[in-house]
Amino acid sequence: MEKIKKRMGLPNASEDLSSEMEVDAFRRLFPLRYFERHLAESIRPDGRPLMKARETSIFLGAVASANGSALVKIGSTTMLTAIKMEVMTPSLESPDEGCIAIDFHMPPICSPIVRPGRPAEASPVVSKQLSDTISSSKMIDLKELSLVSGKAAWMAYLDVYCLDADGALFDAALLSAVAALSHLQIPAVAMNDDGRIIIMSDEEGQKQEPVNKEKRKLTLKSILFSLTCILHKNYILVDPTSEEESIMETHVTIVLDTSGQLISFYKPGGSVLAYTAAIQDCVAISRQRVQELKSILENSAMEVE
Amino acid sequence: MEINRPDGRTPNQLRPLACSRSVLHRAHGSASWAQGETKVLAAVYGPKAGTKKNENPEKASIEVIWKPKTGQIGKAERESEMILKKTLESICIRTIYPNTTTSIIVQVVHDDGALLPCAINAACAALVDAGIPLKHLAVAVCCSVTDSGGIILDPTKHEEENMKAFAYLVFPNAIVTVLPERSLQVSGESIAHGIITSVTQGAMSVDDYLHCLDRGRAASARLSEFLRKNIEPKPTSEASKAG
Repeated sequence: MEKIKKRMGLPNASEDLSSEMEVDAFRRLFPLRYFERHLAESIRPDGRPLMKARETSIFLGAVASANGSALVKIGSTTMLTAIKMEVMTPSLESPDEGCIAIDFHMPPICSPIVRPGRPAEASPVVSKQLSDTISSSKMIDLKELSLVSGKAAWMAYLDVYCLDADGALFDAALLSAVAALSHLQIPAVAMNDDGRIIIMSDEEGQKQEPVNKEKRKLTLKSILFSLTCILHKNYILVDPTSEEESIMETHVTIVLDTSGQLISFYKPGGSVLAYTAAIQDCVAISRQRVQELKSILENSAMEVE
Repeated sequence: MEINRPDGRTPNQLRPLACSRSVLHRAHGSASWAQGETKVLAAVYGPKAGTKKNENPEKASIEVIWKPKTGQIGKAERESEMILKKTLESICIRTIYPNTTTSIIVQVVHDDGALLPCAINAACAALVDAGIPLKHLAVAVCCSVTDSGGIILDPTKHEEENMKAFAYLVFPNAIVTVLPERSLQVSGESIAHGIITSVTQGAMSVDDYLHCLDRGRAASARLSEFLRKNIEPKPTSEASKAG
């Protein structure tokens, strides 16, 4: 504590008030200066270097009743994704395509800012970002979700629940959505006597031949990973917590796929302008993070098997 | 690279621009902005007393209300509201009127591609019309990437739908000042080269994105000239009529 006090350079450091109180008060009264002091020493208040993301874990199959699910933690930001498959009649415009409905929920449990009864401002925005990035990456071929052309196709309801919102919401939401999609097991279906498609239960499995015998897993053409950075003066802070997000306003979210294509470069305003050098730096850091997340996802898939 | 556009434009050619200010009588400031067929009307009310919950009362807060051409607002409109709000917050000098809210109402008149950039340009002109203190103007442009890697500017709705990817980019306009040019540069790049806002859709390579930035910067210089011309104080005869 004594060391921190010295670094903070408090004028009255020798006074007999508890030093811990001093640092805490400084943090609350001058949050930006508190952070800048840390940044000058190339460290963040939670002990991370500037370029280091928080510890990330993926647990596949967290919801037993869903067809695919994943629980993701990045630091204390926690996201739970569950996918439910239903048979539907495809639309006339695209008779041989299925559909994916993506929704992002922020229940009041996740953050003190979210009040019961009033939806959080961030949730429709993250929801739209998720469906935009997943559709623009063409990671899922919607034709694979077709069962009988013009008659039956899969409707996948992908719901992401934010259980704890501590910054980098989109990163965690995308990671959990992608993990759940990789874990998705498409249920076996059969055609009954009326020509309707029904989901087979276990006992029926012996009697009937499923319609979709081979297509029980989605092929993901590419896998997407994202990284949020904060730009502040000349510093780049990777994977911010909610405290850092509220103090420094310029956020950049980069989504890359495993083949290195840029899926999204999202910077909604912010007082710091992004110049070419900063853009290239952010992309380079995201490339490293993609490799990191890819191996975490592969490891968690192996654990399930 | 030869790219044929249905309306016969060259890849770098913007659609005809039109901007008029003070189009609404009751609003504190208003502007309409059209890029070809895309047209947006923006009105500014404020600064009004007080900020909303969860907003910093030490700064002026900005509220954006997006009105689509038809129907209810959905997720897409909410996202546009948020992007517009954050973009405008970054160009306003928010410490001058603390604990106030400025409302910006954006009414879409017609959407024929590049809607969000058009709305940002309209809102910016309306803020100037209302006399809200700004650090600099923001100019928005849409760049889209064709399958062959070529880049076209300011696509129509039809072009936007057929392209591999597109990026909405917002740049600050070049500041006219007596200060030497060197003092306005940040690590060798002029301020007008930094991006305020970037929203992309579709997959492209990183190089394609950097090309988009180059083209966008060139176009934003033309746009900011047009915007500056339109917001210059009006001739005194009109000003006295308004008074």
